[in-house]
Amino acid sequence: MSIRCEIVSQDRMVYQGDVDIVVLPGTDGEMGILPHHAPLLTTLKFGLIKVRAKSEEQVFTVAGGVAEVQPDIVTVLADAAENVEEIDIARAEAARQNAEAALSKLDRAGDVDAYLSVEAALRRSALRLDAAKRFRTGKRHVNEE
Amino acid sequence: MASAREMRLRIRSVKNISQVTRALQAVSASKVRKAIAALMGTRPYATKAWQVLTHVAAQPGRSNLHPLLTERETVKNTLVVVISGDRGLAGAYNTNLIRFVFRQFNNYPTPVKYIAVGRKGRDLLLRRRQSVIAEFSNLPAAPGFVDVSAIGRLAVDEFLSGSADEVYLVYTDFFNMVKQEPVVKKLLPLQVLGGERVETYETTKQTSAAYIYEPAEREILDEIIPRFTALQVYQSILESLASEHAARMVAMRNATDNANELVGDLQLQYNKVRQQTITSDMLDIAGGAEALAQATQSVGGENG
Repeated sequence: MSIRCEIVSQDRMVYQGDVDIVVLPGTDGEMGILPHHAPLLTTLKFGLIKVRAKSEEQVFTVAGGVAEVQPDIVTVLADAAENVEEIDIARAEAARQNAEAALSKLDRAGDVDAYLSVEAALRRSALRLDAAKRFRTGKRHVNEE
Repeated sequence: MASAREMRLRIRSVKNISQVTRALQAVSASKVRKAIAALMGTRPYATKAWQVLTHVAAQPGRSNLHPLLTERETVKNTLVVVISGDRGLAGAYNTNLIRFVFRQFNNYPTPVKYIAVGRKGRDLLLRRRQSVIAEFSNLPAAPGFVDVSAIGRLAVDEFLSGSADEVYLVYTDFFNMVKQEPVVKKLLPLQVLGGERVETYETTKQTSAAYIYEPAEREILDEIIPRFTALQVYQSILESLASEHAARMVAMRNATDNANELVGDLQLQYNKVRQQTITSDMLDIAGGAEALAQATQSVGGENG
């Protein structure tokens, strides 16, 4: 028994496949979705989506969004999503440093919108970097969890 | 008729023009390709988002799900988002769009306000003394969702604050390289059930069971409905961009063709002028020689 999982970001289809379990970073906490789950609608926070089929696990970073669960399908509408295997560590590191530098120059009381967007960029790059370091080991097999 | 020198200059300048237009045509051709790719990229998300929204709206026993989905009984003010280009030299692209806007909204029963996206649209609206409450111009050549989400947000704010009871979106739909047409779509209130969009996006089988919402239903809808509105704006901007580049490409191709034709005509004329100068020069020389010969003859006769 499997459940279909589709992850789309605004500019492309990131992942689609039949899987055994999907773990989502919901705003109210992490949740694991198994086949035949009751219909559910949730918002997502910055975090990791884990998708497991048989013994293979794939990890995606997601920067907020919405997920809809139907008994036979999980649809993730991500603001931005990426497979950890695709993350370019050098670029993510550069992005993080840029964001840090920009943040130190901005004044929180001044331009709130700019401050928040830079802060979000920083969080996003930090998350991606962290995820890439932690989960990327070529093709990964699950045996310890 | 102009002198040969003048004509030579003229030919050179027309040739230059055709070179420039040919370059612009090539640039637009590659931009069209990129714009189409970007447009196709948003399709999966839009389709999925739409599915989710129809599922939500099909929930049993909810008529007034969210203010952004609710039709207002009396419409007192109308807001129109007009998506045009920043630049000209695109044939009738911008004029067609604005003419379409006026055909739709000129004798509208309610006052109409505009949000102008693109400098050309803003200029044309202001020239006709329309009230433009906001403008977004100089968008990046390949805008991302974040670059344009403010437009959707503004439309939602205007709608929620009550200063607009209906929001329409006017943009240029991209059919193919030679066919682009202005269209109008209702942006707010969002029409989920019925209407043409249901056909545009395939709808999957629907489960009528009530959703579990996490967090609360209202919070989630507050999150996804404005996002979907912004997405629609984003998509129509991408459509318009593809249309603009295609229109520019066709306009530039026509200009190149015309310039080349003109060069041909001018060249022909120039050859005629050149021939004529040579002929008249020859006649002058021949006449001069004749006169000279006669003069020498008569002088010789006197001496002899």
